[in-house]
Amino acid sequence: MRAVDAIIESLKAEGVEAVFGIPGGANLPTYDALYDGGIRHVLCRHEQGAGHAAEGYAKASGRVGVALATSGPGATNLVTPIADAMLDSVPTVFLTGQVRTELIGTDGFQEADTTGITMPIVKHSIMIQDPREIPRAIHEAFHIARTGRPGPVLVDVPQDLSRADIQYEPVDGVSLPGYRPTTEGNVKQIRLAAKALANARRPVIYAGGGVVNANAAKELTDLCTSDRFPVTCTVMGLGAFPAPHDQWLGMLGMHGTRSANYAMDEADLIVAIGARFDDRITGKLSEFAPRAKFIHIDVDPAEISKNVPAHIPIVGDAKSILPKLTREYRALETDGSRLDGWWERIRGWRDKHPLGYEDSDDAEIKPQYMVEAMYEATNGDAIVTSDVGQHQMWCAQYYHFTKPRRWINSGGLGTMGFGLPSALGAQIGQPDDTVVCLAGDGSLQMTSQELATCVTEKIPVKVFIMNNGYLGMVRQWQELFWDGRYSGVDMGTSPDWVKLAEAYGAVGMRATQKGELVDQMKAALEADGPVVLDVQVSKEENCYPMIPAGQAARDMVG
Amino acid sequence: MGEPGTKEVLDLQDLQVSGGIHTGRRHILSILVENKPGVLARVAGLFARRAFNIQTLAVGPTDDPTISRITLTLDGAMHPIDQVTKQLHKLINVIKIRDLEPSDTVARELALFKIAADADARAQVMQFTDIFRGKVIDVSKRSMTVEVTGTDDKIEAFEQMIRPFGLIEMVRTGEIAVSRGRSAT
Repeated sequence: MRAVDAIIESLKAEGVEAVFGIPGGANLPTYDALYDGGIRHVLCRHEQGAGHAAEGYAKASGRVGVALATSGPGATNLVTPIADAMLDSVPTVFLTGQVRTELIGTDGFQEADTTGITMPIVKHSIMIQDPREIPRAIHEAFHIARTGRPGPVLVDVPQDLSRADIQYEPVDGVSLPGYRPTTEGNVKQIRLAAKALANARRPVIYAGGGVVNANAAKELTDLCTSDRFPVTCTVMGLGAFPAPHDQWLGMLGMHGTRSANYAMDEADLIVAIGARFDDRITGKLSEFAPRAKFIHIDVDPAEISKNVPAHIPIVGDAKSILPKLTREYRALETDGSRLDGWWERIRGWRDKHPLGYEDSDDAEIKPQYMVEAMYEATNGDAIVTSDVGQHQMWCAQYYHFTKPRRWINSGGLGTMGFGLPSALGAQIGQPDDTVVCLAGDGSLQMTSQELATCVTEKIPVKVFIMNNGYLGMVRQWQELFWDGRYSGVDMGTSPDWVKLAEAYGAVGMRATQKGELVDQMKAALEADGPVVLDVQVSKEENCYPMIPAGQAARDMVG
Repeated sequence: MGEPGTKEVLDLQDLQVSGGIHTGRRHILSILVENKPGVLARVAGLFARRAFNIQTLAVGPTDDPTISRITLTLDGAMHPIDQVTKQLHKLINVIKIRDLEPSDTVARELALFKIAADADARAQVMQFTDIFRGKVIDVSKRSMTVEVTGTDDKIEAFEQMIRPFGLIEMVRTGEIAVSRGRSAT
């Protein structure tokens, strides 16, 4: 069997149903094998789109996403999605073609050192040197991508080796001497954590994307509700705890709620679960949660004590650790009334600083209202992807996610252009769900070519553009911190989105009146196939509240 | 402190930070890696990306042809060593890391010194070489080359002694180390 046919067999053995990619010279053999290989191939219009589609697929479904690209420019176009998948721990496998082995190192046509370029942004990479290694390499890639802390794995296959004839034998069981992730969690540490919780007067549970990755939303809710523990989530963790809940403080961090950030500031015990104390969470590190002791639960030991030193480190999988922690905590039969004072303080912040905005009293559509309209039109039950910027933060604030894997965005790398391709990937992963991409008019122009993919492949994503004519978040910073000197943020003549959608063969719609917005959104959701709804919102609205970069939670503005 | 698992009260103030601590001393890490192409680049790249400063680095084969050993030294005042070892452990090709205890380790480095020593200075340089149990391995009319083996302290001490004669150049291998006693490093 040709090595490429063995690749297809290995992919099928891993349960792959769909891959995203673009062919080229060096991966022609792979595409020949795909021709009748029995795996759906989604032809994207740019490798960046293919990579983000694989991420969207993985984030929505929890399965490993796969993207293919040829050598050289095909592979370098994957660099952004690979880095994105690394920072957000997305289980993905990238299969790149490479020039023939005799050309490697000669600066041959479309040659780039793909493994070298991507080395700092992959969980692991494998450069194939012997075609007989290929099936094992594919299985190792999937094993590494999905276990432990998930992440991107790249397999680079020289063209000549992919055509070689090999003996294919199914591979069962992958064992790597240098890779044995800890999942269980040390029992003694878990007991100590339970005990610390039982003795805390001002505890906060701070959950991140790791809880979503571990499929541990229920386990998190059980822990939080084993007493009246206040809960906050990072932008990656939203949906891990159901938002409309008495114990829910809202998102924390730069654009989080005051209740969440103030609670972190005054907490005596913070339980971080699958979260990594990113600078968008901590603000000024030296003034972050100055009174708190930290329990840090993470499957990646290197995250523990990286930014904030932990007092009780617990290495392992949230799904395995949280039920044990809940059981140990319950066994202590602690008096919940010790939290009364703490809740009184939190309610004070909630009453004084609810999340809100000044709505228009005319037809003008405020961007926050647009998110609320989206929530109403979708019954709060869509898979929502977003680009990066103000619209992303407003969506995180006002679309109250109740379930995990419903909120798909680029949190760590902050990749503009992520929304549309990740939406199409999410739709393929979850064909029965409604998928909405909340796009920025700036971001969407980075990957709008993927509308062609949606139309051709009949992927019915709904793209709602929050159109303010600006690179809005940068404009906001220039207004607030750079004396209003708007430099390079006015989008000038944007495309006519309705015509652009129609040019691609999609449905194009425009919304300018607040009163009609919800109905227009519902119409878009009911239409067959992909729809672009251009929503004209207030141009210079700011996203509040916010912690200015490098400052402490106490210094929140707006 | 209240024992975990009991109902005894635990005072949160008694909890101590674990990890992320600067030890303030020099560390020797002995790292076993798979002998595959690109592994050294991954280790070096990790240090560059995380802004960890390597003092010395030595790489060589082990008795097992599929495994290589990297010995590197770094300053524990500049970096929390646990963070360095944890990041290294994330590399799939890294099999084992040992942060060697100074008191329980034998470490050696080899250095070559090319010294501007003419006939007048030669006897004195040879005397120092003897004291440091070094070897003269090359001589010309206007120079001598000396090989010295030892800990980095000893090599630095020798460097101090011969510098006044005129040190043309010095080449050092970086330290390699094994643990004392019967058990493998």
